[in-house]
Amino acid sequence: MSHNSSAVQSHVAHHFVDSEQQFDAAKFGMWIFLVTEILFFGGLFAAYIIYRAWYPDLYTMASTQLDTTMGAINTGVLIFSSLTMALSIWAAQHNDKKKTGIFLLVTIACAFAFMVIKYFEYTHKFHLGIFPGEAYTFTGIDHPKAHIFFSIYYMMTGLHGIHVIIGIGLIFWLWMKNNKGSFNSAYYTPIEIVGLYWHLVDIIWIFLFPLLYLID
Amino acid sequence: MSTSSGINADLGLKLKRFVTPDHPEVNYAQAEKGIKAWLTTVDHKKIGLMYLGAIAFFFFIGGLLALLLRAELWTPAKTFLDADAYNQVFTLHGAIMIFLVLVPSVPAALGNFFLPIMVGAKDVAFPRLNLLSFYIYLAGATFSLYSIVTGAVDTGWTFYTPYSATTGTSVVSMTLGVFILGFSSILTGLNFIVTLHKLRVPGLTWGKLPLFCWSLYATSVIQILATPVLAITLMLLVMERTLKIGIFDPALGGDPVLYQHFFWFYSHPAVYIMILPGFGIISEIIAIFSKRRIFGYWFIALSSMAIALIGFLVWGHHMFVSGQSTLSSIVFSLITFFVGIPTGIKIFNWVATMYKGSISMRTPMWYAMIFLFLFTIGGFTGVTLGTLSVDVHLHDTYYVVAHFHYVMMGGMLIAFLGGLHLWWPKMTGRMYNERWANIAAFLIFTGFNMTFFTQFILGAKGMPRRYYNYIDQFQSLHQFSTVGTWVLALGFTIILIYLLQSLGKKGVIASKNPWNGRSLEWLTTTPPVLENFTYTPVVIHGPYDFHKPIAEFEYGIESHGHGHHDASVHHSNEESVNA
Repeated sequence: MSHNSSAVQSHVAHHFVDSEQQFDAAKFGMWIFLVTEILFFGGLFAAYIIYRAWYPDLYTMASTQLDTTMGAINTGVLIFSSLTMALSIWAAQHNDKKKTGIFLLVTIACAFAFMVIKYFEYTHKFHLGIFPGEAYTFTGIDHPKAHIFFSIYYMMTGLHGIHVIIGIGLIFWLWMKNNKGSFNSAYYTPIEIVGLYWHLVDIIWIFLFPLLYLID
Repeated sequence: MSTSSGINADLGLKLKRFVTPDHPEVNYAQAEKGIKAWLTTVDHKKIGLMYLGAIAFFFFIGGLLALLLRAELWTPAKTFLDADAYNQVFTLHGAIMIFLVLVPSVPAALGNFFLPIMVGAKDVAFPRLNLLSFYIYLAGATFSLYSIVTGAVDTGWTFYTPYSATTGTSVVSMTLGVFILGFSSILTGLNFIVTLHKLRVPGLTWGKLPLFCWSLYATSVIQILATPVLAITLMLLVMERTLKIGIFDPALGGDPVLYQHFFWFYSHPAVYIMILPGFGIISEIIAIFSKRRIFGYWFIALSSMAIALIGFLVWGHHMFVSGQSTLSSIVFSLITFFVGIPTGIKIFNWVATMYKGSISMRTPMWYAMIFLFLFTIGGFTGVTLGTLSVDVHLHDTYYVVAHFHYVMMGGMLIAFLGGLHLWWPKMTGRMYNERWANIAAFLIFTGFNMTFFTQFILGAKGMPRRYYNYIDQFQSLHQFSTVGTWVLALGFTIILIYLLQSLGKKGVIASKNPWNGRSLEWLTTTPPVLENFTYTPVVIHGPYDFHKPIAEFEYGIESHGHGHHDASVHHSNEESVNA
């Protein structure tokens, strides 16, 4: 390791021996964080499974109120955003600052599109009186526990939505850093680990969509 | 140096011997000065000390609450607190002691300080995340304390629904506090796992890792896997109170036993978060003060992992009387017994380590002996509670209270005190007064047994836990237990006084290796320098190879990391080997 702190090595923090060790540590740390995320959502999936086992007919009845078309579009949007996220890593690996920026912006645009569609879904339900918990006034589902399905629906999609919003913030931060020229083929760790996070957000939706929308 | 030359060839490194002086010119605390430097530091040692301070503070608060509630129990019914206040006091005592003291105690304070040094690293893998976890801890603590100001919480530390969903006390701020504290715990665990995997120095294989590191590894695994489940559970509880989502509250169509499943899925593994680091400390102390290679290294290391894994499969033993199916109860009871196996393995290995060792009964070793005694009682009574039919009688009695105080206080807290006395000279550079330390250890041992052994008897006779009132026949036992808390308080006060005194002008300066240890923390200066070592240590022997001369532990290579390139200036004495 040479003394001249060239641009290539300046990103290595004081307590790491070299860039490779730092990259490995960051990536490993992110994977562990993703494990905690899976368990975090796991609690809600467990609640979903238990109530579904108790009230299978409730689930099939209630899920008819969910808009499968909108859900399907959102699934497509998120899968496409995962592709652009991966492409931004590829662009950074090839020292292509301009493409990196474009792919990051497209990812942000997809995330916004997802949230806008989600907004329309939510407002439509609120309009019908389908609220979480006590405020639930909808009478279209003939089941005494109908509100519980929607409580679980709002908890799961709401927590997922919060993750999408956090993702937008993180990817925007990447875009700002990219504009300053922080990334190159030797250092793209932040894009890589935010990418991992973004894929997880995507995958959780891929589970939520069939479990909530496609069971009728 | 035939051994080291062999290792040289293996690692392909040019080893040099680095003899560090006892005291550095500039230690970690002097390297950056002022309050601001402390509050913004990313140095794991300073963060560890800040945690230590915060934990000591909350232990003081939790301890005062304990004294208060034991004093209230001096007479049946009202002595000086009314029933509602009593409910709030025991809830706060439990919540503070568990979430603010025991869970972070050893990992966040002693682990933060020593784990990176023990693996020869300059810091944990993510130093800024480490500082963040401290501030998250403070934020969580603020929320919890805020709940005291706004009417406290009277649900017990377990926040069982439906009561917690309907009580008028500030459950939301307390549970949000615990939710936030969980993230602090997760970040610490994440940092430790990555540090242990990625930042070990050359030669430090998993088989040469001090057992304290192994125990923190097992702890971190639980922190990573269990804490998020508590987070989502408490989140749902907050939603239950604010939006009435109806998942846990039977009045809204929910299921309260589901809450218990969720809660104990975290909180049972969490008791292993609270005890495994203590096991690690005891392994270090017993090896060092017996001057013998630890007996069954791999058994001790892997039994921690076994406890971590089995610990995830036993949560149902908290619900034997909650309306759980009989089959589930039988299975949970059986798996609960399995936990006793790895725990027993540890106890036998510690005792076997001492056999024919050169035992020196210094303060840390006294604490290790107290630990063995109390934890064995705590462990055995745990097995009795895991037995289905016995639990039906003893469930929710003082027997349970006594059991978990024997494992949590008699186990973890005693181990924490042992670790504090083992590493105090390294952390502060000062030696405490041995005589007063022995007196305090004796008082704590006596006071502890007076307080809690009595409660086994009370519980077996049928005294229910958390009750404000009791029948007259129990009064003398209750009073004896209360007197025990005063003895405990005296012991802790003495510890506080002599530790603070050791920091003052008259404090005795400690050498770098007062106990003649072999793991890496004893090879650096006392107190350590900013990045722990002025060279990169290379580990040749195991951490308990006391039969090998200390010189063979002092090999390393020139540090060539970033930043402090002037590190070699401090080397007082270098000799080259097998270049």
